[in-house]
Amino acid sequence: MPAIDPVILFFLFGLAAGLARSELKLPGSLYDSLTVFLLLAIGLKGGQGLAMQPLLPLLPQIGAVILLGAAQTLIAFAILRHAGRFARADAAATAAHYGSVSVATFAVGIAWLGARAIEVEPQMAILLAIMEVPAILVGIVLARGVSRETDWRSLGHEAFLGKGVTLLIGGMAIGWIAGPEGLAPIKAMFFDLFKGVLALFLLEMGLIVSRQIGELKRCGAFLIAFGLGMPLLSALLGLGTGILLGFSVGGLTLLATLAASASYIAVPAAMRLAVPEANPAISLAASLGVTFPFNILIGLPLYHWLAIQFAGAIV
Amino acid sequence: MNLPTEKRTMLTIVTEAVIEQALLRDLDRLGARGHTVSDARGRGSRGVRDAAWDEAANIRIEVICPREQADALLRHLQARYYDNYAMIAFLAEIEVLRPEKF
Repeated sequence: MPAIDPVILFFLFGLAAGLARSELKLPGSLYDSLTVFLLLAIGLKGGQGLAMQPLLPLLPQIGAVILLGAAQTLIAFAILRHAGRFARADAAATAAHYGSVSVATFAVGIAWLGARAIEVEPQMAILLAIMEVPAILVGIVLARGVSRETDWRSLGHEAFLGKGVTLLIGGMAIGWIAGPEGLAPIKAMFFDLFKGVLALFLLEMGLIVSRQIGELKRCGAFLIAFGLGMPLLSALLGLGTGILLGFSVGGLTLLATLAASASYIAVPAAMRLAVPEANPAISLAASLGVTFPFNILIGLPLYHWLAIQFAGAIV
Repeated sequence: MNLPTEKRTMLTIVTEAVIEQALLRDLDRLGARGHTVSDARGRGSRGVRDAAWDEAANIRIEVICPREQADALLRHLQARYYDNYAMIAFLAEIEVLRPEKF
């Protein structure tokens, strides 16, 4: 086992190149394509696992992660509003980022566990898709109240049919219908290439994160502390939820990682539409500039270690 | 040779890609008969918007219509979007062929 995963090295390379103001720039359409690939691959993998087990026991798990996402959003809002003295809109929008999830972080988690041959429950992909949504709705209510002016139809459309959720659900449906044997012909493309694509994607993520550093300097110490503390708190909530649901160590690690991760695709777009007065620079600086690097560099091994302790304490 | 042109007004909007759908719905509702959308990059008071990824992407929307309608559209943009979004919008007098289209 190498000390540091090569995909992480790609991220650090992108970060360093960005900070050094290198000319390096990947085309925007490539970033989009890589995102589509990762979402589909995660969906397919989860779907083919689900084809081999009954679906009904998933309902309580889905209910539990909806509550988890909503609870994280409320806690983050309370912290930002009272300890951070954020304006209502900024606190609500940032809280929604932290209640929701990051697919990139999840993908790194899958790769990390895969490299160590740690088994993961196949339904994690469903939980990933589900957890994108509740924080968006809670965040909007926190910012707006339940007002008549809110255009729930187009927001619902944005939340439930955004790129992320659509591709995950579509991939899962294909994987579930085709099953492992049906997927065999496209396995080389979607499963074997996964880590290579993830590496390229993380290179771009490094570049994107490097652009947040300047913004972070403007936002100050509280936001950095929040960006480090909130994922730890969320990871513990995620571990607790996973224990209640009886997950394996791999599942616990991944649910903790999901809970700890902060969105930077679905939620910013939805918040921009629904809570336009919130400053998007604040939430992106925290979720991209602090929480994403923290989770993939330090968080993952830490959550795995905690998962072993938690699971060991019960047995 | 004199071309049979007529005067119209072109409204150009440069703004965040994230509000494209909402904006196009508004234009439609306010009676614009057509529009052209293109991806855009640039720099302004809200920093560099280099379209390297979704959150930093800009679009440019162009609408050709009679002056009164362009005024109404611009007023709507000012009231609804100027406060909270990175947006500039401006009018230009232009001449068009086939005036019945605009």
